[in-house]
Amino acid sequence: MKKIVFLVLLILTFPMVGIPSNKPPEKGESFPSIQLPIPKPPSEKAYLGLSGEGLFRIPQIKAKVLIVEIFSMYCPHCQKDAPGVNELYDRIEKNPDLKGKIKLIGIGVGNTPFEVEMFKKTYQIPFPLFPDRDYLLHKAFGEVRTPYFMVVKIKGEGTSEIVHTQLGGYPGAEAFLELVQKVSGLK
Amino acid sequence: MKEKTLSILILLGLMLSLWISTQDLYGVSEVFKENIYPVGKLKPVDSQLKVKVGDRAPDFTLPSISGEKISLRQYRGKKNVVLSFVPAAWTPVCSDQWPGYNIAKEIFDQHEAILLGITVDNLPTLFAWTNQMGKLWFPVLSDFWPHGKVAKRYGVLRSDGTAERALFIIDKKGMIRYIDVHDINKRPPLEDLVAALEKLK
Repeated sequence: MKKIVFLVLLILTFPMVGIPSNKPPEKGESFPSIQLPIPKPPSEKAYLGLSGEGLFRIPQIKAKVLIVEIFSMYCPHCQKDAPGVNELYDRIEKNPDLKGKIKLIGIGVGNTPFEVEMFKKTYQIPFPLFPDRDYLLHKAFGEVRTPYFMVVKIKGEGTSEIVHTQLGGYPGAEAFLELVQKVSGLK
Repeated sequence: MKEKTLSILILLGLMLSLWISTQDLYGVSEVFKENIYPVGKLKPVDSQLKVKVGDRAPDFTLPSISGEKISLRQYRGKKNVVLSFVPAAWTPVCSDQWPGYNIAKEIFDQHEAILLGITVDNLPTLFAWTNQMGKLWFPVLSDFWPHGKVAKRYGVLRSDGTAERALFIIDKKGMIRYIDVHDINKRPPLEDLVAALEKLK
């Protein structure tokens, strides 16, 4: 009898403890330990400070701060925000104090490489985008809705720390850059 | 000891079922906020096609959200037609399918094709739902009354009254050239449609 009670209790508590992959990453945590393919275009490789082929981990990116946008080619807000996120990239690249320190990548959840390319071409996106065709990375990010922005501090010895997350509500390039500098301690 | 093994098995089964039941929010866009009705995992296909590649496409006339009535035959000799049936407004996957086609207009233009989006919802629902997607360049048609008549004629009306997630390509002569009755739980990759359009040439 005791065993049954114990089992029922265990089952009841299960939904709370058993689905860690369903929780979006939070401020203060390290970035989910994912691997991405090293981009083929030399310009993108150089931008991320990577070389060779195969997979890389986020802390290998040569930057102090990384902005990650979880997007989908099929998401209207991601489409609407795309020009503003491009402007963010431009502002960083044109500012000698920030260039090389803050970098940007996008992860297209449920998007095939063709679909990510379609998005990249439509909005002429200058930073690297990675397809997540089978929602595998999406699971690591707690199946967040899109667009989802994360600001990640890249620290030494292959570690990282999420300093900001935000679902939608992109405030425009100027305000977002201000926020990124503030939460990452660059300012 | 046996009891213990059984408990572990039950627990594992439960873990698995819970894990599966949480897999239904396929990257829903924030634009729809909490307005997407979770449908869970559905039977992939729940109807029997009544047309096949090579058939003449059955003609139809349906009201569209812009107010005008659209007939398939009006494109005869002018444009290839892509029919995109989606199951229902305000559901996962569907809500993220047409916004993608909305940025792919160039691909449709290149292949002299028009896209017609169709669901079995009524016009007000379709209007409210597609408004969340931004301005759509293609007509959205309501196959609401008589309920799902066109979907039924093509053989893509499911037993619960929704439509399949199905794509048909009809060439300028009015012949069906491509059919994809897709797993309702998944979005058809754009490149499959593009490859089918390429073959029209």
